[in-house]
Formats: sequence, C-alpha cells, structure tokens
Amino acid sequence: MAYSFPEEVLEYVFAFLSSHKDRNAVSLVCKSWYEIERWCRRRIFIGNCYAVSPQIVIRRFPEVRAVKIKGKPHFADFNLVPEGWGAYVYPWISAMVRSYPWLEEIKLKRMVVTDESLELLSKSFKNFKVLVLSSCEGFTTDGLASIAANCRNLRELDLRECEVEDLSGHWLSHFPDNFTSLVSLNMSCLGSEVSFSALERLVSRCPNLRTLRLNRAVPVEKLPNLLRRAPQLVEFGTGAYSAENQTDIFSNLVEAFSGCKHLKSLSGFWDVDPAYLPAMYYACTGITSLNLSNATVQSPDLVELIIQCPNLKCLWVLDYIEDAGLKALPSYCKDLQELRVFPSDPYGAEPNVSLTEQGLVTVSAGCPKLQSVLYFCRQMSNAALITIARNRPNLIRFRLCIIDPQAPDYLTLEPLDTGFGAIVEHCKELLRLSMSGLLTDRVFEYIGTHAKKLEMLSIAFAGDSDLGLHNVLSGCESLRKLEIMDCPFGDKALLANAAKLETMRSLWMSSCSVRRCPSSNVEVMDERGHPDSRPETCPVEKLYIYRTVAGPRVDKPNFVWTMDEDAVLRLS
Amino acid sequence: MAHENDMDLKATELRLGLPGTSDRDILKSNNKRSSNEMDNSCSTAPKAQVVGWPPVRSYRKNVLQQQQKSSDSDMLGMYVKVSMDGAPYLRKIDIKVFKNYPDLLMAVENLFKCSMGVYSERDGYINGSEYAPTYEDKDGDWMLVGDVPWDMFVISCKRLRIMKGSEAKGLGRP
Repeated sequence: MAYSFPEEVLEYVFAFLSSHKDRNAVSLVCKSWYEIERWCRRRIFIGNCYAVSPQIVIRRFPEVRAVKIKGKPHFADFNLVPEGWGAYVYPWISAMVRSYPWLEEIKLKRMVVTDESLELLSKSFKNFKVLVLSSCEGFTTDGLASIAANCRNLRELDLRECEVEDLSGHWLSHFPDNFTSLVSLNMSCLGSEVSFSALERLVSRCPNLRTLRLNRAVPVEKLPNLLRRAPQLVEFGTGAYSAENQTDIFSNLVEAFSGCKHLKSLSGFWDVDPAYLPAMYYACTGITSLNLSNATVQSPDLVELIIQCPNLKCLWVLDYIEDAGLKALPSYCKDLQELRVFPSDPYGAEPNVSLTEQGLVTVSAGCPKLQSVLYFCRQMSNAALITIARNRPNLIRFRLCIIDPQAPDYLTLEPLDTGFGAIVEHCKELLRLSMSGLLTDRVFEYIGTHAKKLEMLSIAFAGDSDLGLHNVLSGCESLRKLEIMDCPFGDKALLANAAKLETMRSLWMSSCSVRRCPSSNVEVMDERGHPDSRPETCPVEKLYIYRTVAGPRVDKPNFVWTMDEDAVLRLS
Repeated sequence: MAHENDMDLKATELRLGLPGTSDRDILKSNNKRSSNEMDNSCSTAPKAQVVGWPPVRSYRKNVLQQQQKSSDSDMLGMYVKVSMDGAPYLRKIDIKVFKNYPDLLMAVENLFKCSMGVYSERDGYINGSEYAPTYEDKDGDWMLVGDVPWDMFVISCKRLRIMKGSEAKGLGRP
C-alpha cells in the first residue's frame, strides 16, 4: 500500500505527540508507522527497570535523547524491600553509552546508582544536560564531583530524597570556573557543608539559574548573599532557618526576599526559628508551592506564613498545623490543589497535636480545586469520609494514613468500609488510593464496583479473605499497580486473576497468606530460605509480580527466587 | 491414630525455640511481627512496631528525632570541661558526639593517656584502673560515671573529673 504522506511529514506530525501513551498508540497503527515512530522517538519512560532490557530498548529506539527509569517498588520507601534487591542502573548506563552518545537527560527513581555509573555517564555523554535522581542510593559525593567536573553543558542536577554517602562538601567546587549553564540545583538531601564561596561564585555566574534548593548546612545568615545574586530565582529551598542572636539577619533577609519577584516555590526550613519566618512575607504573593514538611514550628506561626500566600496551590506541612490551622486554608488559599500533612510523631502512643479528621473535612469543604490529598491522622469516621467524598468529587489522589493499624470509625466503632466506599463512588476520576483503618471485604466490593479509573491502590491490614483481593483484581479495570501488606489474601484470588496480572505493571504482597504463585515472572523474597524448603503451610514473606519481556533477572540476590512453571506444578 | 503418633513425636522433637512455641510463632517473631498479625477483630494496635508501618520515609523520621534532641539541651553541642587530677590544664569535649559510656570513656582515656578499667555496679571502676571518671550533676553532687542510663547522664552532666584511683575508691553507690 502506498504511503499517503512522505515519512518526513509523518515524523513532523509525530513530534507534536509528547505523551508516551499517544506515541505507543501511534506505533500500533501499522508497520510503517511503527518504523517511523521508533526512529523519531526521543523520550523513553520505563516504569519498571526489569520489565525490559537495555538491549531491547536500544534495538527498538535508536535515537533516544532522554530516559526516565523507575526501579524498586514503592514499598521500598518504607524499608520493605531488603538491601541488595536490585534496580542497578549501571547496566543501563553502560549500554546507553555505546548506543546513545548524544543522550541529554537521565531521570531515575528508586534505583541504585554507583559512583562508577556517575563517572561513566559524566565522561561519555558530551551533551549531557539533565540528571534527576529521586529516592536513589548507592553513590557518594565523589560521584557528584565527577558530574560537576565533566558535564560541561549541565543544566539540572536534582537530588530528591536520595541517600548519599556524604564524604565531604568538596564536590561543588568541581564545577569549572567557565561553567555557566546551570538552571536547577537541588542538593537538599546532602549533609555536609559545601564551600560557601564556591556556591556563591557558582550562583553568580549562572544567569539562568531558576531552581536552588540548599541543604541544611547552609546557615540562614548566608541566604541574602545568594538571593541577591539570583533575584531571578523561581524555586528556592533554604537551609537551616535559625541562628543565634544576630540582629542584622532579619533585615538582610527581608531585603533579599523582597528582591526576588519571581519566586513560586519555597522549601527547606530545617530548625526553624519562627521569628525569621516573616522575612519571607514580601515574596509570598506569587508563591504557589510551599513545602514546610521539615518545619517543626507550631500552628500560629505556620498559619501566619501560609495565609500570606493567596495563590497557593500545593502545601506540604507537618501536623503541627492542627485542625485550627487547616481551617484558615479555605479563606486564604482558595486555589489549593494539593495538601500533604505529615506526622510529627508517628511512633508516639498518644496524639501530640490536635489534628483530627475535622481538619481535612474543612479543607475539602472550602477548597473547591482540591484534588490531591495525603493525610496522616489518628482518628477517622465514616461520616467524615462521606462528607469529604461529597464535597470533593474531583479528587484524583486520596491517601489516608490512620496511624493506628485497623483503627475503626472512632464514633461508631464500625469498619471504615462505607467511608472509603463513598470516596470511590463519588470521586469517579480517582487515580490513586491508599487506605487504612479497620476494613473488611466489603470495602473491596465497593472498590471493584466503582473505582474504574483507579490506577494505583495501596492496602495494609485490611480485608478478611481472598474475596477482597478478587474483587479488586476483577473489578478495577485501570489498575496498574497494587501494593498490599499484612492482609489475609492468599492464592485463590491470584490464581483466579492470573490474566489480570499481565495487564498491570506490578503487584506487591508482603506478610500475606500466599503460598503458591500463579505464573512465571514472579519474584519471591524470603530471607529465611528457598520457599520449597519451608513447610507447605507457611506463607511466603514477600511476593513481587511484574510483567516483563526481558525474562528472569540475571542480577538476583540470594534471597530472591523466581518461580518457574515447574515449581507451580510441584506445589499443587 | 496417625495424629496421635504425631502428637507423641512432637513432644520429643528437637527444635529451636522456647517450650510451648511452634514453628509458626518463631517465623512470626523472626519477621518482627506482633502475635495478632492476622487478627482482624477490633483489637488495639500491635504493641510491637511493624516494619513498614506507618508509611513514613526514613529521612522524615530523622528530622523529628533531631528536633527533639535539640529541644532537650539549650545548646547545639554539649561541651563539658574535663579535668584530670595532676594534669596542668583542663580539656573540653562534646558529650553529644558519643552514643554510650564505652565510647565516652575510650575518648577520655585517649585524651589524657590514662586507663580507667572496667565499670562494675558494685565496686566502681576495677581491673587496672589508676583513675576513675566522675561527673558533677545538676544538683552539684559528684557522681561516678556509669550508674545512670546514658540519656539521663547526658542531660545531667555539667562537668567531668578524672579522679585518682585512691580517692575514687570511696566513690560508689551509696
């Protein structure tokens, strides 16, 4: 069949497609479109590094400029994935070094990155521009020194919530004197002090710097020096935000912040002295994002700051804000879209702050654009959840963590099934849900019936039987990621829904009752020994199932077993 | 019949664990889980801490611990004077740097090139101790280092004095 358009025209049209889903859809139309598309795809997203191998990716997409790869499952954030599990980036980097010499961007999440990998990438990709490492580990500040020294065209170096072995702050001094291309620097997760004069010079000579997130070690009295040199900053993260008795600091800060007329995002605020918070007020009118989750400051001071931000869209804060503070949001921050409230004392037996379900109810009632919620609290009721659901049917992400596992409705002592049921029934666009509290199989009936757009579900200490899991797997059409801990779910639901598992990115189950595994590409993690060596009645410790075209892993540690077809037959 | 035999065998079986426990309990305890892990009734929270719950990132836990520590003391470091009998001048060390008594004592021994021996609840410092470590507490009393829990010591210690062995023999629990 003759082409209706020359290839160049199709390529030009495809260039307007930025979403991966669209690109994937285009590639399925016909063979020639598949070919044209694969040669002009520049950006790749790999949601699970073990779903595909570097070789397969490179063979299909020869001209890639930007990769984003995710490694460990989400529950690794809470220490549920043992040390040494995997997600090493080195094989990817060494393969890409050979095949993508013009690679510009690498974004990684929950992967193990070594100094060796960083050095290799810094020396191999001549046009390297963007490195974003989110929740990664395995490297030291020496690796950062390689990046600083060798990446002449670097624009972004963003270390978000990484675990870095901090040998010294000397790495920053490796940026050469003629290096001026920096646009974004996020070093907030690092511990040691960098040379302040090197930092000052770096900021001075990079006129396009728009994001600067400092680490705790940068003292507050030095902030004006930096802000004065970078009045164009859009995103700024302070270091420690307190000092001993120096009267000039406050006025210097006021002057410096008022010079920054473009600030939209603020973060940092370790060790906050509330007396210094008002210094930022002049900068607050434009603020859309405020991360106060390190600010151990009480409610009145928190609220004073927050109400200076009429354009606030995203607020991350500790539960020191309390119900009283949250009440202020509808009046002063009407455009709020995302709220995250973190616990100041998650392991304490008694509540230390006056933050209850009421705070969330008032925000849901008064902030019409609220769509994304992460809320830690110690009590919840079905009535509150139903109210929230009715107030905010536009919720997209709802993650509720009631700290006491299996806590019932504190008013009626019933399970919270109807409350969460209301959430999924009213919030028809819900993409992500995390549940907690006392929950029976009923809630999973509601979820299977209503949560048709749900893509990610996190469950802990919930349900009574396999029926719960079965309802989720058979009813949630859009489900891609399911993570379960400490629920009485076993083999039956998995076996009955084996086909569903192939439509999902991954399923994680830990401390459940699974004994037999439904198919291949199943990883069993058991530090006690091979699953076959355990008594037949003994459930596996951790199960991680994911679809892959790459076959079984070659880099498994000794506590991971992949189950093959034979094993399934033997056990049954 | 077979079951009865099993019961008999179980009674004489050699295995790890306390009498009265089963394999399952041991596996559960190895997993650091509480005993009502699978119990879905309206029970109170498991007393033992469950790995992965509540779902809080490690770096967030550190912020709070550090905040609590600094609210315990007025200063960021806990520098105290350390004197040793017979030494010409005093030294200062930051006791917050140490996590426990052995670390502190090793540092002090290195600082003054002395040996303080081994702590015993009954007899104070014994086994080759020329000197004994003492400290002045908030009430102004001179106490033997090691008697109270470490965290309590850090809060109440105002200064350290390395006393000569002979003098220190009189210092012990009342």
